[in-house]
Amino acid sequence: MTYRQPALDTSPRVSDEIRKTTCYMCACRCGINVHIKDGRVAYIEGNRDHPVNKGVLCAKGSSGIMQVTAPSRLRHPMKRVGPRGSGQFEEISWDEAMELAVSWLKPLRDADPEKMAFFTGRDQSQSLTGFWAQAYGTQNYAAHGGFCSVNMAAGGIYTIGGAFWEFGQPDWDRTRLFVLFGVAEDHDSNPIKMGIGKLKTNGGKVIGVNPIRSGYNAVADDWYGVTPGADGLLILALVHELLKAGKVDLDYLAQFTNSPCLVNEAEGPEKGLLLRDGDGKLLVIDRNSGKPVAFDTPGVKPDLGASHNGARTVFQHMAEKYLADTYAPEKVADRVGIPAERIKGLAAELARVAFEEEIVLDREWVDFRGDKHDKMIGRPVSFHSMRGVSAHSNGFQTARALHMLQVLLGSVETPGGWRMKPPYPKPVEGHPKPHCGVTPGQPLDGPHLGYPLGPEHLALKEDGSPARIDKAFSWENPMSAHGLMHMMISNAHAGDPYKIDTLFLYMANMAWNSSMNTRAVIEMLTDTDDSGEYVIPRIIYSDAYSSEMVAYADLILPDTTYLERHDCISLLDRPICEADAAADAIRWPVVEPDRNVRGFQTVLIELGARLGLPGFVNEDGSAKYKDYADYIVSHERRPGVGPLMGFRGNGDEAGRGKPNPDQLQKYIENGAFFVAHIPEEAEFYKPWNLAYQDWAVGLGLYDKPAPYLFTLYSEPMRRFQLAAEGHGERQPPEHLRDRLKLAMDPLPTWYTPFGDEGAEAFPVHALTQRPMAMYHSWGSQNAWLRQIHGRNPLYLPTKIWEANGFQDGDWAKVTSPHGEIVVPVAHQAGLNENTVWTWNAIGKRKGAWALDENAPEATKGFLLNHLIHELLPPKGDGLRWSNSDPVTGQAAWFDLRVRIERVAQRHESEPVFPPINSPVPPAPKNRLQGAEE
Amino acid sequence: MHPAPSVIVFTTLSGLGFGFLAFLGLGAVPVSGLAAFLLYGLAYGFAVAGLLASTFHLGNPQRAWRAFTQWRTSWLSREAWTSVATLLLMAPAALAAIFAGFTPATFGLPGALLALVTVFCTSMIYAQLKTVPRWNQWVTPALFLTFALTGGAMLSGRSLIAVLLCILLAVLLVVSFRRGDKALAESGTTMETATGLGGIGKVRLYEPPHTNSNYLMREMIHVVGRKHSQKLRAIAVLFAAVLPGLILLTLPHSLAAVALAVALHLMGAFAARWLFFAEAEHVVGLYYGAR
Amino acid sequence: MTELPQSTKRKLGLVIDLDICVGCHACVTACKGWNTENYGVPLSDIDAYGDDPSGTFLNRIHSFEVQPESGGCAQTVHFPKSCLHCDDAPCVTVCPTGASYKREDDGIVLVNEDACIGCGLCAWACPYGAREMDQAAGVMKKCTLCVDRIYNDNLPEIDRVPSCVRTCPAGARHFGDLGDPGSDVSRLVAERGGFDLMPEMGTKPVNKYLPPRPKDRPAAPALEPIADVKATGVAGWLDRLLEKF
Ligand SMILES: Nc1nc2c(c(=O)[nH]1)N[C@H]1C(S)=C(S)[C@@H](COP(=O)(O)OP(=O)(O)OC[C@H]3O[C@@H](n4cnc5c(=O)[nH]c(N)nc54)[C@H](O)[C@@H]3O)O[C@H]1N2
Ligand SMILES: Nc1nc2c(c(=O)[nH]1)N[C@H]1C(S)=C(S)[C@@H](COP(=O)(O)OP(=O)(O)OC[C@H]3O[C@@H](n4cnc5c(=O)[nH]c(N)nc54)[C@H](O)[C@@H]3O)O[C@H]1N2
Ligand code: SF4
Ligand code: SF4
Ligand code: SF4
Ligand code: SF4
Ligand code: SF4
Ligand SMILES: [Mo]
Repeated sequence: MTYRQPALDTSPRVSDEIRKTTCYMCACRCGINVHIKDGRVAYIEGNRDHPVNKGVLCAKGSSGIMQVTAPSRLRHPMKRVGPRGSGQFEEISWDEAMELAVSWLKPLRDADPEKMAFFTGRDQSQSLTGFWAQAYGTQNYAAHGGFCSVNMAAGGIYTIGGAFWEFGQPDWDRTRLFVLFGVAEDHDSNPIKMGIGKLKTNGGKVIGVNPIRSGYNAVADDWYGVTPGADGLLILALVHELLKAGKVDLDYLAQFTNSPCLVNEAEGPEKGLLLRDGDGKLLVIDRNSGKPVAFDTPGVKPDLGASHNGARTVFQHMAEKYLADTYAPEKVADRVGIPAERIKGLAAELARVAFEEEIVLDREWVDFRGDKHDKMIGRPVSFHSMRGVSAHSNGFQTARALHMLQVLLGSVETPGGWRMKPPYPKPVEGHPKPHCGVTPGQPLDGPHLGYPLGPEHLALKEDGSPARIDKAFSWENPMSAHGLMHMMISNAHAGDPYKIDTLFLYMANMAWNSSMNTRAVIEMLTDTDDSGEYVIPRIIYSDAYSSEMVAYADLILPDTTYLERHDCISLLDRPICEADAAADAIRWPVVEPDRNVRGFQTVLIELGARLGLPGFVNEDGSAKYKDYADYIVSHERRPGVGPLMGFRGNGDEAGRGKPNPDQLQKYIENGAFFVAHIPEEAEFYKPWNLAYQDWAVGLGLYDKPAPYLFTLYSEPMRRFQLAAEGHGERQPPEHLRDRLKLAMDPLPTWYTPFGDEGAEAFPVHALTQRPMAMYHSWGSQNAWLRQIHGRNPLYLPTKIWEANGFQDGDWAKVTSPHGEIVVPVAHQAGLNENTVWTWNAIGKRKGAWALDENAPEATKGFLLNHLIHELLPPKGDGLRWSNSDPVTGQAAWFDLRVRIERVAQRHESEPVFPPINSPVPPAPKNRLQGAEE
Repeated sequence: MHPAPSVIVFTTLSGLGFGFLAFLGLGAVPVSGLAAFLLYGLAYGFAVAGLLASTFHLGNPQRAWRAFTQWRTSWLSREAWTSVATLLLMAPAALAAIFAGFTPATFGLPGALLALVTVFCTSMIYAQLKTVPRWNQWVTPALFLTFALTGGAMLSGRSLIAVLLCILLAVLLVVSFRRGDKALAESGTTMETATGLGGIGKVRLYEPPHTNSNYLMREMIHVVGRKHSQKLRAIAVLFAAVLPGLILLTLPHSLAAVALAVALHLMGAFAARWLFFAEAEHVVGLYYGAR
Repeated sequence: MTELPQSTKRKLGLVIDLDICVGCHACVTACKGWNTENYGVPLSDIDAYGDDPSGTFLNRIHSFEVQPESGGCAQTVHFPKSCLHCDDAPCVTVCPTGASYKREDDGIVLVNEDACIGCGLCAWACPYGAREMDQAAGVMKKCTLCVDRIYNDNLPEIDRVPSCVRTCPAGARHFGDLGDPGSDVSRLVAERGGFDLMPEMGTKPVNKYLPPRPKDRPAAPALEPIADVKATGVAGWLDRLLEKF
């Protein structure tokens, strides 16, 4: 008898149509194919042609349907009717909402624009929001980078003119050794996974430096369970070993970095600055002639070991500093939590791969001096790092140290090493400087954010007090390139440096997971003054979902979801470039919203027009742009340069060209993105490679070539240090001098994170990690993802687990210098023995996100944020010391120290908050595709 | 395994019913007329009630007829056939008993045999499962058959046989507990073989795939407290075998005595069956750290 | 039908690389998405926004820690698991209705949902937890190896692979014919020592797992200093360093 089996249609129709757009389940911005069936979203898969993800998609990306159909979606503009925090709202029309907003914003602009603070979250439309805020005229604008990872961005830009984050990547095809410092997921989610997979498949090695062995660190061939906050010390010990053995790329250092530059050692206001010639060009000593010449003199052979009139090279200063015993592996091993032998082994392996597995590409190139090179020499060691390094109060210097290590190995911008993505490389001097010049009724005198090169660029009022509400670019954190969103509410509430009137927030859950000290922030948002007025009188907020923050706003501008609106992922902002290509992308409404909601950017543009802001109105006062789509196409930042680089002019111009009315259609036809490839001879050595510089100018990334030297020695930092030493007109307050002297070391350095100070009673480090399958708070409304991460235990290492006699199902009280929480625990053996951790932002407030009040997220889930204060514990000096990096103001989330005690089992994690009223109807019970029950 | 009431009722009552039918088919109870009607009715009642209960367990009972199609491989399908065949084959026997006052061996003997085969098939549904080491042994069919025969003997008023079977049942129950407790360990299946990671070392679950429970966990992973299970084991042995045996041995033969014995036996049987499921560890539990 | 075919022409299946899987769950939701919209009834989510959400998934990622026998640090292994399309599939032979079957052409084990009574026996018979009863539809769900993708003429040829394989960012999932010793997947299995889960169950799984490569290698020997900095000072060290430069 033959085997019988049912007939099966193996070629069913998949969908009616595929619409290609860009994912926004996170900030990685992969290309997606949205399958549409009967007019609804049926299935989402990765776009194979897309430069970012090449077809793959992460867990969130594939769950996009659950986001677009989430019951938590806001439905109407709303005006608060009950007290703040009650969640009582009245639905209003868009017209009324806009009128209301204008009635608040207009008088402020005319009288006192600084009383309006506009802060945005991870929206990635900062080129528009910043432009708007500048036109409005307030200095109080920033996005979320300050609490996110400004240390990484600034540390990189001040050192090599580029950064990790999503702005650079290993040469995945060629790298042989990849070292990952403090990364759980990062913004480059899919590319990192693809890269690690590729590297390991090719037989390369991955090393994970992280207190926690999960995710990327689980697949790492070797794991270094570093003690939190000590990476800088570890890196400098590696530098110590490499220097001692002479395993550094001398050629590279001499040609492309400021190591051969000469440090002025004469006492006075110039001490520690680099020697320059009459044209202001850095001087080096030419080995051919022994004479000082400008660094960019054709044919120059800069001498790393030279001295000139008592000035020695940066390289000698480095040697002196890092060869010192302070950084010997034996000396640092205890603090770092890694045996000296392994630190030495790691240094040896870095050196071996960099110098013995050297890659040579037969590609000619010409450097900025005009010198020809007949090949490209690669050092196949690459690094990546993110918040594990940056979310500490010594993160800026640690990030600098890591870049220095890369540079010493000659592996930045070389084959097999780590490369920057356009618009980087870009020297720090090429960035804007912060501006704070306010004139009522007028635009601000320049862009808000930027990279100060010295005290003259600080944003200070005439009396020397901070000009900005978040105290960015003040002496407390001079290089706070992204602002300090985490200080804004606390400062506004304290009236320090001044009070504000209207807080305008976009896409940031400040009443929950994105604030430190959540309970207090909630209290600040609801606190009233003697007259019964709210201390922060007005709050306008745009969210797409029923987040915790919604209840604390007075006016809600409901946004669309990512499949329902136009977005622009622009070279002017945070584009999706690759190391060998510039790329940008759009989102477009692949489905129409079924609710009374509008894309926030469109709303902002209309608000701009109603307020008559320059740039948003025509000469006759009429609105300049119909909506965001119109803005994307027609706006020009500089002549010929607009939000999108592709299909400009008559459709075939890239980078520069007249606005093209068909541009969006062209993008849609092209899969919603545009790629401009870097020519082969320009793919490496980009900061110094003339072919690259010319290409970048052609594309509009810069207006003229801007080659530069890597700044292992940072003059801007030295300038701040000089001020702290008493030089110069702008002087820091007395209490900050010592801290500035320490933190503003022009050479990468390490100091104890502030969280460790006086924390003996709190012996344990407490961290959070990003779950790969969850995006901050938004993921929990997603019916699929919340099944994967519906609650979050606190993971304890074996030592703590056993010492306290913990068992599965137990609970613990976790106490920090600031507060306590009671949470469920679990055991993890692959964990630094003095570290505990949990997944970030799983805990939810009851009543939010259209979840049941007894949802595990609300009962068993929890936030560590309750334990983290935005200020350091009082030092008895009467001053407010913020829990931030002293250089950049980066929130020091991971400085947290705690104590753990076993307690009796609970039903609910503590603290317990009362539920908030849901502004959206209850969710359906069960979920079936196409039909909810 | 999840001790679902429907399967407990199914296996217990149908076992009892078919056991009784076997005795009736063998002509062990020479009755006729109304008495025969009542007794056969009782036997059919138990068997059919059990079978019906089993359909509550189904996601799509309206398609239950399909369960007859796979007798070549599936014990469940075989059980479907044998149970229906038994009920059909015993029908003439029952009619003859009711109306003619005798049980024809032409139908009775094969009917009795089929009834026992049915019970065997039921037991094999469980005993065949390598995934549940506690079930995957000879003692499972032996136990199911002994339960069926013991109940049948009691209902048939065959006290002596019933007492002997009670002794056997008690022994088998104890053996099944003893062997069952070691079964998973002896099966050689561990977290190390389940994951294939044993070559590296000892494996433990660090994070489950989903934070809430799922079908597999609800269905296959049931943890019974040790104290609880010891108590229930004692109850099972006592009620299913010891007490009924003592009653039949000591009390004078009467309908009341039989009824009491059967009632106690049934309670014990339910307890034993609950434990049979609740204590059975499915190897999938290893993937969830349940060892 | 619940007899197993004597042999199958091909043995299509997955090879999962435990050395590369980062535990991202991408394959889980890609699978959920595809199979909610395609083969059979949609996968339901019961109490989707409530206190005990419970949905049907055909692929789940477990995470284990392995404590090496030799001592040293525990290793974390992310472990995806879906149907292994066993050659001797006990889930098929127990099925009373014939709903479960193994395809003769390619060895894929499927459930014909129209014939499934939802008795759950096949899920009991599977050692791997690869079958889940859909709570809304009352029928058995399992990995179909995306049988409605891999031959689908409506998809571009490059996309005729399972959804989970197509989406896996790390490239930890491979699809192919494990019956053909010359196929890429068979070669991978041979090279990397691919193994079966619970071989003692006698199910002869088609899917194979590639083991994690050895971890935590012994430290490399330390670098040789070019000079004794303490003795020579930085200047002496610098001379040594720059002399060959
Ligand atoms: N303990 C601890 N806390 C942390 C961190 C940590 O590591 N540990 N990390 C910090 C970091 S780096 C960050 S970036 C922050 C992130 O914190 P947030 O930026 O607050 O992140 P989300 O929770 O994603 O909240 C953003 C808000 O945007 C809303 N939203 C989502 N999509 C849209 C949309 O399309 N339009 C609009 N208008 N709104 C939308 C969401 O509903 C949500 O309310 O958290 C910080 N908090
Ligand atoms: N899936 C998903 N992706 C995301 C996000 C998300 O919420 N979900 N959020 C996005 C955002 S806003 C951001 S900022 C990025 C952040 O991406 P990541 O930088 O990956 O951020 P975290 O998850 O906070 O991970 C920090 C890592 O650093 C480790 N760590 C902590 N302290 C130290 C230390 O002192 N030394 C070392 N070596 N390691 C340490 C932690 O163990 C953790 O693994 O991710 C982005 N991508
Ligand atoms: S990484 Fe995932 S969520 Fe983020 S954009 Fe890509 S697919 Fe979407
Ligand atoms: S893995 Fe389980 S469901 Fe799949 S074929 Fe094997 S036994 Fe059947
Ligand atoms: S649940 Fe369906 S597929 Fe499974 S054994 Fe029962 S009838 Fe067969
Ligand atoms: S092969 Fe298809 S059905 Fe099977 S796990 Fe992968 S995506 Fe799911
Ligand atoms: S998608 Fe790939 S890397 Fe992610 S969990 Fe699945 S198999 Fe592992
Ligand atoms: Mo962030």
